[in-house]
Amino acid sequence: MVKLLNPRDFSSQPGYLDSGYRSTALRGPTKPLIPIRGVSLAAPVYGHDRIAPGDADLTVNGRKEGEPQGERIIVTGRVLDENGRPLANTLVEIWQANAAGRYIHVVDQHAAPLDPNFFGGGRCVTDEQGRYRFLTIKPGAYPWGNHFNAWRPNHIHFSLFGHQFGQRLVTQMYFPGDPLLLLDPIYLGVPAKSRERMVAQFSIDVTEEGYALGYVFDIVLRGENAAIWETHG
Amino acid sequence: MSGQDSTVTQLLGQTPSQTVGPFFAYGLTPQQYGYDWVSIAGGDMADEATPGDRITLEGQVFDGAGKPIADAMIEIWQADGTGAFATEQGRNTRFTGFGRVGTGMLGDGLFRFTTVKPGVSVAGEAPHINIIVTMRGLLMHAFTRVYFDGDARNDMDPVLAQVPPERRGTLLARKTSPGTWRFDIHMQGDAETVFFDL
Ligand SMILES: [Fe+2]
Repeated sequence: MVKLLNPRDFSSQPGYLDSGYRSTALRGPTKPLIPIRGVSLAAPVYGHDRIAPGDADLTVNGRKEGEPQGERIIVTGRVLDENGRPLANTLVEIWQANAAGRYIHVVDQHAAPLDPNFFGGGRCVTDEQGRYRFLTIKPGAYPWGNHFNAWRPNHIHFSLFGHQFGQRLVTQMYFPGDPLLLLDPIYLGVPAKSRERMVAQFSIDVTEEGYALGYVFDIVLRGENAAIWETHG
Repeated sequence: MSGQDSTVTQLLGQTPSQTVGPFFAYGLTPQQYGYDWVSIAGGDMADEATPGDRITLEGQVFDGAGKPIADAMIEIWQADGTGAFATEQGRNTRFTGFGRVGTGMLGDGLFRFTTVKPGVSVAGEAPHINIIVTMRGLLMHAFTRVYFDGDARNDMDPVLAQVPPERRGTLLARKTSPGTWRFDIHMQGDAETVFFDL
């Protein structure tokens, strides 16, 4: 049986129409969302069998003739619900630019080199503690057309399902100390109090001696109602 | 009376949403876009052997200027022909009920799923398909539903009942030929699709 979810915390979420992020102007819904209460629905069932162990190692899964260029990093963390419960066996998908800030996507025309040995897509399923772990290359910053001299901060795109349909999350992970963050309308589209939840922490414990720097990025999805207790005063 | 807050919670903060951006295809819909990586789901969800009424669900996504959007991703999640949702333990062997496509491959922002018409999963509801819409320019995905025009059960559906009557039509797929249903998504404008908070 699927329990009801806590509401989406809109005070932590970006709006659909954002004056800084130009593309929202014609794409963000303008009418209020219509609430559906009391509906519970499990997360989609996808092709679990299509996920290979090597899918979580982006330093290997795109190799053609050698190692990808750039700085190897480890990105790991836990997927939790708001109550701090780990979400086991949930899909985490990522995609990112290469070290030069170029995506393999054919639409990306940024004049930075593709890397024949880097694909940029990865995925894995969380373990019993809700943990995921990727090995990848630190993505480069890249320019975009939003405004004059607009550059996206280094980021990795994340897509998650959780256990319930309503837990769906598409987000981006950023790197600590990036000077572009406070110039980026997409990052700034999130209310100030919750922006740093999208910024990974550097961790010397996750860092591997002589091999790769480690970053920790925990992701929190909506929790189930049961663990909220109410006192009517 | 006790002076406590009416709701006491010790919750971790929800991770904020961000746009899927323009370059998701090789990561999320790689096979559909011709990248050399297996997709976890696509648009062909059912074939001749899938029990139920096979249908094509297709449409376009339009922006507020009426222009088709060619970099959206549409995910659908539905019951099978009997109204049962697949579960990980007892997955329907030929039908997961989950589909995912980008709108960049068929031209004019078209998306197309081959699936089966869902049965009723909760007594009193009308057959419907759950949809997640995401795209560049959308900082948070949007949930909607497709119902089937002309289905008498629509009149009793408790979710449709919560939608103002003049907007219910935005949730109806219309039959364009036998077995083919058309469902356009309008992000804005007079015909703005109803999106749900669920
Ligand atoms: Fe990006």
